[in-house]
Amino acid sequence: MPQQTGWLPGVAMIERIRGLGAQGVDLMRTLGRSGLFLFGALGGVPRPAVGLPLLIRQLYVVGVLSLAIIVVSGLFIGMVLGLQGYTILSDYGSEDAIGQMIALTLVRELGPVVTALLFAGRAGSALTAEIGLMKATEQLSSMEMMGVDPLRRVVAPRLWAGFIAMPLLAVIFSSVGIWGGMLVGVDWLGVFEGAFWSNMQQSVNFVDDVLNGLIKSLVFGFFCTWIAVFQGYDCVPTSAGISSATTKTVVYSSLAVLGLDFVLTAVMFGSF
Amino acid sequence: MVQRTTEFVVGLFMVAGFAALVFLALQVSGLTPGGATDTYTVYARFNDAGGLAARGRVSMAGVTVGRIREITLDRETFQARVAMDIDASVDNIPTDSSAIIRTSGLLGEQYIDISVGADETAMQEGDAFYSTQSALNLERMISNFASGR
Repeated sequence: MPQQTGWLPGVAMIERIRGLGAQGVDLMRTLGRSGLFLFGALGGVPRPAVGLPLLIRQLYVVGVLSLAIIVVSGLFIGMVLGLQGYTILSDYGSEDAIGQMIALTLVRELGPVVTALLFAGRAGSALTAEIGLMKATEQLSSMEMMGVDPLRRVVAPRLWAGFIAMPLLAVIFSSVGIWGGMLVGVDWLGVFEGAFWSNMQQSVNFVDDVLNGLIKSLVFGFFCTWIAVFQGYDCVPTSAGISSATTKTVVYSSLAVLGLDFVLTAVMFGSF
Repeated sequence: MVQRTTEFVVGLFMVAGFAALVFLALQVSGLTPGGATDTYTVYARFNDAGGLAARGRVSMAGVTVGRIREITLDRETFQARVAMDIDASVDNIPTDSSAIIRTSGLLGEQYIDISVGADETAMQEGDAFYSTQSALNLERMISNFASGR
């Protein structure tokens, strides 16, 4: 500020520290609101007669409509893994190990992580924009006016749909990826099919690899959906607010997924 | 009508998800339904277990007949004690057979190969191989060769 000259730098400094503190308080308040929001949406006794059709509708929007991008990406990622793996492994004359490489990479890491990133971009952003627009057009407040809790009616089905759809999508992604890898490795590059599958079956363990991958995708699904729905519910109800909330959803979800992936991998596969 | 179509498609989606999980379980991780197959346990002591790992392959004449269950250190002899589960259908391994650690390919996994003996009696649950051959240690071989031994 121009009038703070000479003997006033202390005031500017204090002002800056105050701003920092206000930001910290704001961050904590947002976190607290998101926790209360989750509790409000998921707490209480669900009523299947009302909730189930809403849940199925959201499963369709979140899960089935994401299926195309998941299948196509999975196929191409599997095929790329097959090509890259073959190029590297054939230097050592052990291209039979390609099946094991593709399966372990997909089931442990790429399946859950890439699915979660695509899910955040495809379904998460749509959830945020939808709920944000409902808030901007005051549909949520009119629901409250009619005595319908928007947390239970609008938010809860979307949260549950995300939790259910994400692991299923990740499993489909991994399977399609392995199939794509087999297309390239076995049918195109001529790796012996028996060695491809038997190497894979020897090295992949159901509990250690497949179930841990499933747990990863459950955790990612939880956080991605939570972030998406909360950003929509908490956005500034203007067009600029909705747009920034959608951006935040994708950015925060991606960061959360990658960060959590490191933690989960360290817990599940790190040998310490 | 629209609601029914949605329900149907979501049902298909769930079925596809579970089918993918079953595919991962059976075809990718080789999980056999109906519990574990019947096995019996035999032991072998090696001076050097090398890169042998639990769940590794135990084979005879190139055919997989069992899996390595665990590898522990024998505190008295300071040898590696390998417990392996052999398929119950292979119940006629002669007692003087030997267990050899081999490597599949140049960089492949190490596995145990059972070299068949000639004894009339067969190995039973809890028996140990009398003769074993440890993992081939390339570094040791080179240093032996370099020092002219």
